[in-house]
Amino acid sequence: MRSRTAPQIGFNFDYLMFVFTRISGLTLFLLAFIGVAAAFYLGARTQMDVGALARWTFFPNPNHVTNTNIPDVTQGWANAWWQIMEMVILFFGVTHGMNGLRMVLEDYLGGSWGRVLLRGVVFLLWLFVLIIGIYVILAS
Amino acid sequence: MALKRNVGLRGISYRGGGPMLSWSLHRIGGLAMVLFVGLHIAAGFFMQQFGSNWATVLNTIYESVYFQLLIVFIVYFHGLNGFRIIILDIWPKLLEYQREATWLQWLIFIPLYALTAAIMVMFTLQGG
Repeated sequence: MRSRTAPQIGFNFDYLMFVFTRISGLTLFLLAFIGVAAAFYLGARTQMDVGALARWTFFPNPNHVTNTNIPDVTQGWANAWWQIMEMVILFFGVTHGMNGLRMVLEDYLGGSWGRVLLRGVVFLLWLFVLIIGIYVILAS
Repeated sequence: MALKRNVGLRGISYRGGGPMLSWSLHRIGGLAMVLFVGLHIAAGFFMQQFGSNWATVLNTIYESVYFQLLIVFIVYFHGLNGFRIIILDIWPKLLEYQREATWLQWLIFIPLYALTAAIMVMFTLQGG
């Protein structure tokens, strides 16, 4: 493994992904704060363990929060606002993660053709996870 | 002569120090989160659409408190370390103090994780 050099500033893939990683990291912080605040506001203050709070925070899906002590989760959660929030957090989370996976893989593997192949595989994986995630959101 | 040299345990340890530990934990934790989130989304999809057995088993593991203690450690560390990296990238002059920043990060991380873990363990012991 060679040490990774800082990307050339400009309109190229490496620099754009470098910037995206930072911005999506901060965005995920913001989305997590919004999610925690909303979870507390909508009734997570009592009788809720940390796992359930995390499920409400990051993916407030009616299917996802059924095994909590709140009797009716469709009240306040099952609407377009939270569906869009779920999609935004899904996009930023999965893209941030898959880009990280690409960077780690490229640090250890691949020549010039191997890199193209690796990027193709990671791209397909990214697309697959994103599509099934959106399917789960829309189907529940 | 070289064969007689006694290097002991120092010979096999990498002496990168605190920043190296942060880098490794960030990287390993990041990969672990990609694995966790990817499998969790896939398991959610297959459980919702087909009621798959493996998906139910996987989600049962994810709901256990032992797994959650681990994933909370990883998420907190990755988040705090990423935040430190972002701050140092925005103000490169602060890179001079990156060892101090790493210590500060542990100083924030340890109480935060200890508090969360204590709440989780207390809930589990109560059976809640």
